[in-house]
Amino acid sequence: MNNLASSPVATPSARTGTPLVEMRDIRIAFGGVHAVDGVSVDLYPGEVVGLLGHNGAGKSTLIKILAGAYRPDSGEIRINGAKADIGNPRDAKRYGIETIYQTLALADNVDAAANLFLGRELMTPWGTLDDVAMEAATREVMGRLNPNFRKFKEPVRGLSGGQRQSVAIARAIHFNAKILIMDEPTAALGPQETAQVAELIKHLKAEGIGIFLISHDIHDVFDLADRVSVMKNGKLVGTASTADVTKDEVLGMIILGKSPPGAVAGPGASN
Amino acid sequence: MSDTTTAPPAPTSAPKGAPATAPTTFVGALEIDIRFLGMIGALAAIWIVFDFLADGTFLTPRNLWNLSVQSSSIAVMSTGMVLVIVMRHIDLSVGSILGVTGMIMAVFQASYLMPTFGFNNPAVMALTLVAGIAAGAAIGALHGFVIAYLGVPAFIVTLGGLLVWRGAAWAVAQGKTIPLTDDNFKLLGGGADGSIGATWSWVVAAIACLAIVFAAIQARRQRQRFHFPLKPLWAEVVTISVGCLAVVAATLVVNAYTLPANLARRYAESAGLTIPPEGISISFGYAVPVLVAVAVGIVMTFITTRTRFGRYVFAIGGNPEAAELAGINTKRVTLTVFALMGALAAIGAAISTARLNSATNAQGTLDELYVIAAAVIGGTSLAGGSGTIAGAMIGALVMQSLQSGMVLMRVDTPYQNIVVGIVLVFAVWIDTVYRKRFK
Repeated sequence: MNNLASSPVATPSARTGTPLVEMRDIRIAFGGVHAVDGVSVDLYPGEVVGLLGHNGAGKSTLIKILAGAYRPDSGEIRINGAKADIGNPRDAKRYGIETIYQTLALADNVDAAANLFLGRELMTPWGTLDDVAMEAATREVMGRLNPNFRKFKEPVRGLSGGQRQSVAIARAIHFNAKILIMDEPTAALGPQETAQVAELIKHLKAEGIGIFLISHDIHDVFDLADRVSVMKNGKLVGTASTADVTKDEVLGMIILGKSPPGAVAGPGASN
Repeated sequence: MSDTTTAPPAPTSAPKGAPATAPTTFVGALEIDIRFLGMIGALAAIWIVFDFLADGTFLTPRNLWNLSVQSSSIAVMSTGMVLVIVMRHIDLSVGSILGVTGMIMAVFQASYLMPTFGFNNPAVMALTLVAGIAAGAAIGALHGFVIAYLGVPAFIVTLGGLLVWRGAAWAVAQGKTIPLTDDNFKLLGGGADGSIGATWSWVVAAIACLAIVFAAIQARRQRQRFHFPLKPLWAEVVTISVGCLAVVAATLVVNAYTLPANLARRYAESAGLTIPPEGISISFGYAVPVLVAVAVGIVMTFITTRTRFGRYVFAIGGNPEAAELAGINTKRVTLTVFALMGALAAIGAAISTARLNSATNAQGTLDELYVIAAAVIGGTSLAGGSGTIAGAMIGALVMQSLQSGMVLMRVDTPYQNIVVGIVLVFAVWIDTVYRKRFK
């Protein structure tokens, strides 16, 4: 892929000023297991940060803290430089944080529009659900994301993997997200759909949206990301600009926990 | 966020993206729920078979009228059970809640309201109902609190509730049967007085037909607002006609059930009516409990399909984790659903105590099973996430039809139970096959 050439151009200029997100020394334990142990990451506007690590490294847990699904035991989250108190998913959304979960988190028994607006339904002046308005908005946004999408009246259970994915993405971008979290966004997709998601990420990035891209597979994210942060056993191995490190070095970070010279080593680095 | 809280302006052209294709098939054009149609068909089949087996005594105005009254209490409660089951919970305590709230209403009425307000003061009925519904909602809310916030499974909490509230029903009056004293309240039980008569029944029918037409026009306007394809006009006409015909047919049936001649004469004399030489015919018309049940059904359908709360109940049933991540307060919704169930059990209690003219501590025993069976026969999936209010009410009617049909055939109670049990399992099996085949 040739986007390697284009992405570093944005990198140096993008990382100036106040970070969009700063997570400082985040810790959370579940029954004695330190799922996330003193991790610090940040994200700037218009930047894509890849969050890498093996399954069980603590990536998803870290990101669920930012999304409001878990409350950290300690640590600080700053949004645009100001301390943020994120206690539940509703708070996170108020800060403009939208999440596309690995599981997609769709209610299978209701249709695309109901999922897109779940928790933020459009209402008529009489306080009832405005299903027609929601369907119209869904048609509009899906028309941009996935022009072949037709199944507006069907429960999302009946949708293909790619279609379900586009519903989940539509939900995240429809509400003017400033910070987008994508947890394994291409895990369930074919090559063509994966390319579409890559295009979408570049487009969103150009609009100044900060994106956390989570994956256990380096190839999914290396070309799209401006920086990568690698986690291992709940700790941060290190953070590096993708321009300064090679794929092999990043692989070494993931597998061995070895922080290369081009990276800023974290507390989890083995060297 | 700002552009999401208010409805966007109506687009001037058809929505971009996928053009919505107009339905092409007959059934598609009518937008019929095939499943619901199947249930109506099953009910019709049951009625016809029983009429045949019971020598033509089933499909009589009198029996159908009784059937409607007998189904009311279970039908009211089954609407709440739909929401409970959709959320992947169960409520085994509704029969006991019915017992205790019935007792509370009767005692409150006899011991406090009557002495305060006097005989047949309208306030007595209103306050009795308010007290009963509040008590039912409080009991349900307590269950919901333990389930949602303390994390005890609904099966256990409501199994405990089944024992607790049955015991409480006994404790309220130390096992005594409490007679109802207020005549207005007794109207809720149906009977000759608790029916609205021929004229008012036609008024109700006319209002129902107008409502059907209005709903169709409203739905059409909504779709026009966004330039969505409309239902073909003939399909609208067919749907409206079928709805109105059903209303008219039901009205004809309840009006065909008349007071026996000598009772009619006595009634007319006491009311000071002049009796024509050919005798007088006084129709029952719709019974009050049936109207209550229908009203509850409409309100509950509105709640499930048109409000945020209803949408959340279904979303939680479909994927609790997704609902939580979408920012829905799932605990509060759970608590509310159980409170609503308790309130509906109290309405069921008002109907059944009024019908029996008294409250006993055994009232509503085993009702939880009939209510659950009605919801499940009506297409509510125990796996959660799907079910309809109308289906559950038809389910209640199916259950009652089986019982009253067997009574007409003089089948003994133990054998009735055997049949009802088998039918329940059979109905769910059919539904399972249908879901696998067509979903």
